[in-house]
Amino acid sequence: MTSIVASTRGLTKRYGAFTAIDGIDFDLEEGRIYGLLGRNGAGKTTVMQLLTGQIFPDGGTLEVFGRPPAEHADVLRRLCFIAESQRYPEDFTPAHVFAAAPWFFERWDAAFAERLVADFRLPVKRRIKKLSRGQLSAVGVIVGLASRAPLTFFDEPYLGLDAVARHLFYDRLLEDYAEHPRTILLSTHLIDEVANLLEHVILIDQGRILLDRDAEDVRGSATSVAGPRAVVERFVAERPVIGRDDIGGLASVTVDGRLDRDERIRAAELGLELAPVSLQQLIIHLTGAETAGTPEKEVAA
Amino acid sequence: MDESRPIFLQIAEQIENDIIDGTVAEDAAIPSTNELAAFHRINPATALKGVNRLVEQGVVAKRRGVGMFVVPGARERLVARRRAEFAADYLRPLIVEAAKLGIGVDELAGMLREERILS
Repeated sequence: MTSIVASTRGLTKRYGAFTAIDGIDFDLEEGRIYGLLGRNGAGKTTVMQLLTGQIFPDGGTLEVFGRPPAEHADVLRRLCFIAESQRYPEDFTPAHVFAAAPWFFERWDAAFAERLVADFRLPVKRRIKKLSRGQLSAVGVIVGLASRAPLTFFDEPYLGLDAVARHLFYDRLLEDYAEHPRTILLSTHLIDEVANLLEHVILIDQGRILLDRDAEDVRGSATSVAGPRAVVERFVAERPVIGRDDIGGLASVTVDGRLDRDERIRAAELGLELAPVSLQQLIIHLTGAETAGTPEKEVAA
Repeated sequence: MDESRPIFLQIAEQIENDIIDGTVAEDAAIPSTNELAAFHRINPATALKGVNRLVEQGVVAKRRGVGMFVVPGARERLVARRRAEFAADYLRPLIVEAAKLGIGVDELAGMLREERILS
């Protein structure tokens, strides 16, 4: 039996007339890596701010390590929140940040932080405001990893990090998580890159949860079927359709649910092309339909 | 990793393949869950699920404190199972594609013989 480290019921957050988080229920289990996915403005950052006690809910309940997180030092001590645009005091250098970290994180591993500094080639004596965007993100990633907090939040942690640095982050995260299991909630736009790291996926859109499932159940849970429109339509007739594209007499339809071996053979016999739908494509289908092309501003970023 | 199928199944299949082709001998250790996770850049829980599938099927077994080892006789059983699945997994798609191209059974058989001689 795994224990629940955080749980929400009917959690709601409003900004004036705008409901950022609209009565959501979810649980985070101990020792798992979660992906908090969704479009800009979906409410990802707001969820993290609520869970870390930085803002107060307007409705519902919220427990982290068994208590509401806000103003409970014993809870907050076990959390680490790496925000998308983390602010540091004027004149601070990365060296100052890492020196101060053990005051906030009792499991801080200075030797591990040093190794990460070398990995990311971070100039620790340079003032933070002189760092590049990627170097600033590296500071956050290092704090997030070396703090080894029992519940760690990474909110879009890698703005400006290049592909090499991002893969370094994934590798170090996996290695360290294997040795020091903890609960990690990672929000990101780069879904395909992190899909395999995640054990569980929570997808939010317009303040509501659209999907809360194990990543392995989501993988291959949708298939796109392409071919002559009439044949495709007949093949997918009984299935829930989550996406559709037409070109002339051809159609490509994305259906929810796995196809079994007989269905795959039948599709091949009908001359239909089957293609797997990646997590990222599935999320585009699930969240893109009504509001495509109108990205909103991130709420309370 | 193939995006269309659960990764744990692919992990299990890869280890099976290594056992079938002799890369991992019977009685030898398979990689640890963390090694598999790091190598494939996947969640360790997913790697564990793949290994556990092989444990349930009696392909590998745990030796306390040492790791997972291939059970003697596992290779033979894996080969028998793969043979049983061969027709559905490989022959059927081949025949469907051949029929689409107007290649009859005799011509197909001829092509298979050619191919074998060539390779």
